Amino acid sequence: MHIVVCIKQVPDSAQIRIHPVTNTIMRQGVPAIINPYDLFSLEEALRIKDRTGARVTVLTMGPPMAENSLRKALSFGADAAVLLTDRKFAGSDTLATSYALTSAIRKLAEEEPVDIVFCGKQTVDGDTAQVGPGIATRLGLQQLTYISSIDSVDTQAREIVVHRRSEGGVQVLKTALPCMITMLEGTNSIRFGSMDDMFRAARTPLRVWSKDDAAADETKVGLKGSPTVVSKVFVPKPKAEKAKFIEAEGGTADAFAAAAVEAIFAAQPKLSTDLLARAAQG
Amino acid sequence: MSEPSKPQGRKFQLPEHLKVYKDVWVIVEQERGQVHSVSLELLGEARKLADKLGVAVGAVVLGEAGPDLERICGDAFAYGADVVYRVADPVLKDYRTDPYCRVMTDVVNAYKPEIVLLGATTLGRDLAGAIATTLATGLTADCTELDIYMENRSLAATRPTFGGTLLCTIQTLAYRPQMATVRPRVMAMPERDDSRTGRVVDVFPALAEDSVITKVLSFIADRERNEAQLAFADIIVSGGKGLGKPENLKLVFDLAAVLGGEVGVTRPLIQAGWATADRQVGQTGKTVRPKLYIAAGISGAIQHRVGMEKSDLILAINTDKNAPIFDFAHLGIVGDALKILPALTDAFSRRLSVNRLAS
Repeated sequence: MHIVVCIKQVPDSAQIRIHPVTNTIMRQGVPAIINPYDLFSLEEALRIKDRTGARVTVLTMGPPMAENSLRKALSFGADAAVLLTDRKFAGSDTLATSYALTSAIRKLAEEEPVDIVFCGKQTVDGDTAQVGPGIATRLGLQQLTYISSIDSVDTQAREIVVHRRSEGGVQVLKTALPCMITMLEGTNSIRFGSMDDMFRAARTPLRVWSKDDAAADETKVGLKGSPTVVSKVFVPKPKAEKAKFIEAEGGTADAFAAAAVEAIFAAQPKLSTDLLARAAQG
Repeated sequence: MSEPSKPQGRKFQLPEHLKVYKDVWVIVEQERGQVHSVSLELLGEARKLADKLGVAVGAVVLGEAGPDLERICGDAFAYGADVVYRVADPVLKDYRTDPYCRVMTDVVNAYKPEIVLLGATTLGRDLAGAIATTLATGLTADCTELDIYMENRSLAATRPTFGGTLLCTIQTLAYRPQMATVRPRVMAMPERDDSRTGRVVDVFPALAEDSVITKVLSFIADRERNEAQLAFADIIVSGGKGLGKPENLKLVFDLAAVLGGEVGVTRPLIQAGWATADRQVGQTGKTVRPKLYIAAGISGAIQHRVGMEKSDLILAINTDKNAPIFDFAHLGIVGDALKILPALTDAFSRRLSVNRLAS
């Protein structure tokens, strides 16, 4: 059993600031982290490893400094790490990114067939949720997005049963390996790596692959391979002002509450009709 | 909106053979006979884009043949479609990526729309990512604004990036169709017009169930489960450390019950074991976008903020008037949540019961 987990090193969105004069992102000093959504998928992969002895390879595409995220993933318990890095990848949109990652996964599969590819549900910087489905489609993997639990993985029958979040409920799906899974947030928490894993993470040699190592076609990566064009980047109009503080005569809790109810309904008239309709139905 | 700047070294002209792509399509999302409201909102948006371009609005309705599918086709006309592509097949009864993607790829290649819109839902995002890959075209996720740049008749899709700190406008200039997903409740719901009709194009994909590897074993509706359904809640009342002790979380549950809403909490409360992880709102928990979000005893740390700041209306209750939550809440009460929460529960239940008597 071989599992590949695709991760992305992202700037910690909590600490991003916009330069007040130039209106550009100030990246200096913003710490880079593993995309938080990827950790739910990594943990799930490690749990399958615990149960089945699967081998877990982490894969990322990014600049050389993305090595840090791969080392971190190794310290949680991943077995091997591949850094896909090449100047030709710069400017790749989601279609080109999924192509590049797919090329690398194909290469890994030549050494050991890949049974499950895990991706993050989405990233916190791009937020597109498109790379996972892109990889699944290119590799012909069964696509399982928004998975809230993996009920069983049968390595003999090569079957997997999962709960998938959908609108208004949960689908229980049974499918065959190989498949691509993105985990829903909050479904688990990443483990603390063992001391052994931490030492191993520091010692494990990373495999650093260029476009040619992954046998990726130059015309399908980077700006050339990207159908989308970013034509404008701008800062949203800043939020008008701070919260409007509700005043209440006498300052009693009841007076605040009454004023708050009026203010809510004044701001959201439709909410009041919705609520009243619901109340009227009992 | 200013003119797009054009990076160097790439082709931005639409190749001649792609100029036959016409019309603005919406893939209408339906599961178990229920149309998702975002699809109707998108028909309204598609209508505006199509009118600018002077083309027709197409709605693709997929599912099992039957009265539900017929009704949904009627809805599509009533909300703005000129043509409905009715794709009926028993294999399409429940959503599964593979058959839906195969059918949509074929239908797009056969009828050649220039724009294809989907809701940014679990279905729409799953399907859009797959179709854009088979069609090898551009897809812009989670758009908040759609427009047409008339000089090259291209779709300008604007979306937030870097967690909403920046907006960017994205175009697909040399590929067709141009695809985009839009979140629910971003676009206005158009007026329903039952006098509208149009042309139905029947598509019979003749799918074989044997060819589909993924099987749906069952569907567990949310109303049958006890788990919190924050992501889809219209009203959320959340509590933070300011509540002091676990018992006080009951005050949050009481208010949520009166409002028919869900209860959320901050990460520290999960870590302290006050509530289960399905209730966590924030970067590593759920991202929510209710019509009303009441934050009680929450300071507004960025971890929590990114999960809820897109709520339509945020009321924050905190004893510290300098708490960061007041920087992005719409309404604020400086006061003790333990006193304000029960008062709000009373005030809302009075207000709502008055109406019940009157109606």
